[in-house]
Amino acid sequence: MPPSKLSNARVGKVSKEARNHAIKRIFAYEIKYYPFEFFASIFCVIGSCIAQVMSNYFVGMVFVNEILTPLKDNPLMGDEIMKKMGMWAIIMGSVYVFGIICIYFYNFLMCKCAQGTQKRIRDELFEHMQTLPLSYFDTRTRGDLMSIYTNDVDTLREAMSRSWPMVVNCAFSILTVTIVMFITNWIFALLVIALTIPMFFFTKGVTKRSGKHFVQQQIALGKTNGYVEEMINGQRVVKVFNHEQKSVEGFDKLNDALCYESTKANKFANTLMPVVNQAGNLQYIILGLIAAVLLTFKSSLGPMADMFDVGVIVTFLMLSKSFTNPIGNLAQQTNAIVMALAGAARIFELTDTPSEVDEGYVTLVNAKEDENGNPIEVEERTGKWAWKHPHENGEVSYTWLKGKIDFYDVDFGYVPEKIVLHNISLYAQPGQKVAFVGPTGAGKTTITNLINRFYDIADGKVRYDDININKIKKYDLRRSLGMVLQDTELFTGTVKDNIRFGKLDATDEEIIEAAKLANAHRFISNLPNGYDTMLEKAGTNLSQGQRQLIAIARAAIANPPVMILDEATSSIDSRTEEMVQKGMDAIMKGRTVFVIAHRLSTVKNSDVIMVLDQGRIIERGSHDELIAQGGKYYQLYTGNAMKD
Amino acid sequence: MIQLIVKLSRQLGKYKKQVYIAWVYVFIETICEIFIPTLTGWLVNVLKGETVTFFSDNLVIWGPTTDIVLSHVVILGVVMIITAAIAVLTGIGAGFAAAEASAGIGHNIRKAMFYKIQDYSFNNIDKFSTSSIVTRMTTDVTNVQFAYQMTIRALLRSPLMLIFAMVVAFTKSWQLATIFVVMVPFVGFFLFFIANKVHPVFVEIFNKYDGLNQEVQEDIAGIRAVKAFGRQEQQNSKFRSVSEYIFKKFVHNERIIAFNNPLLQVLSYGASLMICYLGAYLIKTYGTSYLSTGDLTSLLTYILMIMMSLFLLSMVYVQCIIARNSGERIIEILEEEPDIKNCDEPVMNVESGTVDFENVTFAYKSNIEHKVLKHINLHIPSGSTVGIVGSTGSSKSTLLSMIARLYDAEEGVVKVGGVDVRDYDIKTLRDSVSVVLQKNVLFSGTIKANLLWGNENATDEEIKRACDMACASEFIERFPDKYETILDEGGTNVSGGQKQRLCIARALLKNPKILILDDSTSAVDTHTDATIRGYLKNERPDVTKFIVAERVLSVKDCDTILVMDDGEIVNQGTHEELINSSEIYADLVKTQMGGGDFDATK
Repeated sequence: MPPSKLSNARVGKVSKEARNHAIKRIFAYEIKYYPFEFFASIFCVIGSCIAQVMSNYFVGMVFVNEILTPLKDNPLMGDEIMKKMGMWAIIMGSVYVFGIICIYFYNFLMCKCAQGTQKRIRDELFEHMQTLPLSYFDTRTRGDLMSIYTNDVDTLREAMSRSWPMVVNCAFSILTVTIVMFITNWIFALLVIALTIPMFFFTKGVTKRSGKHFVQQQIALGKTNGYVEEMINGQRVVKVFNHEQKSVEGFDKLNDALCYESTKANKFANTLMPVVNQAGNLQYIILGLIAAVLLTFKSSLGPMADMFDVGVIVTFLMLSKSFTNPIGNLAQQTNAIVMALAGAARIFELTDTPSEVDEGYVTLVNAKEDENGNPIEVEERTGKWAWKHPHENGEVSYTWLKGKIDFYDVDFGYVPEKIVLHNISLYAQPGQKVAFVGPTGAGKTTITNLINRFYDIADGKVRYDDININKIKKYDLRRSLGMVLQDTELFTGTVKDNIRFGKLDATDEEIIEAAKLANAHRFISNLPNGYDTMLEKAGTNLSQGQRQLIAIARAAIANPPVMILDEATSSIDSRTEEMVQKGMDAIMKGRTVFVIAHRLSTVKNSDVIMVLDQGRIIERGSHDELIAQGGKYYQLYTGNAMKD
Repeated sequence: MIQLIVKLSRQLGKYKKQVYIAWVYVFIETICEIFIPTLTGWLVNVLKGETVTFFSDNLVIWGPTTDIVLSHVVILGVVMIITAAIAVLTGIGAGFAAAEASAGIGHNIRKAMFYKIQDYSFNNIDKFSTSSIVTRMTTDVTNVQFAYQMTIRALLRSPLMLIFAMVVAFTKSWQLATIFVVMVPFVGFFLFFIANKVHPVFVEIFNKYDGLNQEVQEDIAGIRAVKAFGRQEQQNSKFRSVSEYIFKKFVHNERIIAFNNPLLQVLSYGASLMICYLGAYLIKTYGTSYLSTGDLTSLLTYILMIMMSLFLLSMVYVQCIIARNSGERIIEILEEEPDIKNCDEPVMNVESGTVDFENVTFAYKSNIEHKVLKHINLHIPSGSTVGIVGSTGSSKSTLLSMIARLYDAEEGVVKVGGVDVRDYDIKTLRDSVSVVLQKNVLFSGTIKANLLWGNENATDEEIKRACDMACASEFIERFPDKYETILDEGGTNVSGGQKQRLCIARALLKNPKILILDDSTSAVDTHTDATIRGYLKNERPDVTKFIVAERVLSVKDCDTILVMDDGEIVNQGTHEELINSSEIYADLVKTQMGGGDFDATK
């Protein structure tokens, strides 16, 4: 048995370094794969910010000062001023059109860039996951792995396509507004910045507190959802045991906690907008008051007097809004971005996990016999295979694929400090049938996992056709082994697709052939669409026995010389069970077979039986020999056989 | 839609108050916010020495001045600060109330659903499937809660803002206000058009997403098969093609959504430019007093307010469409009527463990035509052991679930202890009838906590006794923490056989009059299976025992064996009798002859 899964608590903390690293990685992706979109969108953001800030400047410095005030002061100049207005309308109109086009493109380009990057990250995530060693999957629950796809990838997408454009826009807005403020009037500019500092710290504080509560809320939500899931899944048991009241009590506790945290988190978050808005208004008021005082005593200001007029004030009233709003927006996005980066860090942690190493160089090739009966490599499928073994001196030798498997003194542990298999030696000649029997946890499945190198041995040697399996390329090694596992996993798709999984270029005839061999043809033909019946959700619409029949056909179609079979222990009804057994028996013929046996007839028909206990082979021999020996096997046999 | 909102709002309960409070606050906040640009306009007028009027030209506050009157500035400043303060306080108040109300409605909906589901019968649960109930209680509730949070504030605030801003604009200049009247519906129309256009594509994308995640899940689950067959590349290309499709659809949608912001800017830039031009023109035509500088600048601020409220409205709209489906799914759960209820004067005591079926016919709600039990007649005396065999789908489990009244018969009567099961108090009945379900579940927590489900007052002695009988104590004692060993969710850290034995022990702790073992020892080796049966026979002789099994061995020694086929009891008798009289039974014995089981557990 592999070690039990350590469920990494989802809410595990992600360090700041990991987040910083993640942000760099994401940028690197964007620049590498979408350089045009990336830089063009930044250019567009700058364009739109300039248009925005020019509109503020225009209203105060041009419209109020150059149009409105002269118009009011000299009503007779009306026509001339209107001409000027018309000219400005055309200029500003073009600036606005430019700005609007920029806004469209930065929104679109940035989202495209984000979605594309996101897609790449997702694809790489999946592709990399395929290459990870099985031990990676052993130590993580499916739920944890899935949540990288369902939660982390999603929050990242949301943040990249919604929050990120906003952040960039806000950042550039603040920058351009600051520049224009200083150009217009540096005294007011300093004033606005000074007035913004307290607001900045306030929003930062609120964001931090609400962020904390949002994390708490997520934890509480996770707990509540977990409880609901467990209880609803066990709802029938709840009913049978009259456990409704208890289960409600447990639920109420979690639900109340969730409500509390969620209220807290949102209360903090909800204070942000009113405060930011009114802080803007407060700035407005202070600016107005100061302006009024300055204008009143204009005469005593001397040379600085010209710096203050109503136009400047109107401009600043607008600019200060354009300055504070993005700061409020930024604050609102902070939490989303921090959460997304934490998710990204988890994604990158997976993609950075080293892949399964494959240092093998011996490959499996199609072959035909030469006049001496030795294999020669050929391109086309011949139905015969040979190991191609390149040597250091450049020579290449070929060995027929026969299916001889030998273990020499093999030790193995899922973790180095705990050896679970000790001194395993066994020799299987081509065509021989080896049965493993023994109690649960004796190491039966573990042995078979070493043959196909799902795990690497700690000590000793495993040879396949007298080649050390470490030298064989994993893909080719596994191709030469067929497997039927106890927990059959099929994939969404048609029955045909699922059988073809064993041999991608199989024709429909071959598929039917394999199904017939596996004894699956009859039930498949009875399905609503025969071989084209869709298997929903990994074949949950089939019975376990039927799934196993398809898995047998899937293994049969690959026609490997060596088969690893794990007989089902769970109850399937007798009729299907009989079919499954017949299927198993059929594909065992003429192959080297390792079978984890539960059925007496399978065991009896084996050439050699290995009795395992606590990771050691304690007895070996044929059925008759072992019975005569009167050991553990004898006990198992007599304890279980029918007594009548 | 409105009906839906009404139904969901019923769940507000004591949080209803918070909604009203939020609305009052939002109302005041909005009025303050609307007032502020007018105040700043007045300030500009004061600074320019122009007339300050209270919305109407006839209500002059301060006449034109040649110099800036500082006292006016101070008065305005104070009024503005007060207004802003009120706005901030009411804003925060509204935020607090909205947070309480939305968290509260989420809490209450979740609670109402969970309570409701506790009352569900097996029939009700079958109807929804567990995974769909779970999604409804998690994702759907979160969606609704989120929409509520947004709606409580924005639904009142945005239209109010829109209307007030327009009204104020009209008091300043009807000619200029006309610009709003023309542009707002135009932009509003396009915003909603975009929302409607992209929403269905998003729904499609998210369905595809589920499909993609399903693929990942299968891949993780089947990683051994993928590796064993070397099919990584094939899996990758399958994944990539869906991923590519999602990407294309997203980009397609983004192309449309990207129009949102420019559209709002068209309103803002266009309207401000027009107001500037038209404003200047009006002053030129009608004279300087026609429109004050302050009025003009405040109008320009109103444009921004109108723009923002339109944008918020469209967001709320999208959020509501998303939440609508969720809301409907929630209502379905809440409105489902549990179909098994206590009768008015329930019997509170089960006399004995006799079981009678009188002409019982039953069909599942999902397929009412297909009768899965047909005219079953059966009399089982108290204390006997009954074996049931038959192929999958022959309704063995269904027959037994009628005894604990997990389902109600369509026709006929099921009696326990001589009384119709429908006359019992459900709790009393189920305390006396202990069912070990075929798909049995253990819960996260200690072994002991799981066992206490059977009887929460059980002493350690009784627990040990039950575990002995179920052959469970032998492995429990070997765990370092014994009865305090923590089980993972679903009991995945114990083997199948151990799980089954724990489930049997849990059922025994109930001290039932009737014990139903529905294929409960399939993963237990034959030796242990026989031991458990022996214990049950000797130590609980008075309990009526039903044993469903695939193995002939498990039922062979029963007092009577029922052979079921297609919803009917085709044969009944002892092992010896049936070997001769029942073809199905004889077949079963034949195929299992010589078929031992080597999956012995230590």
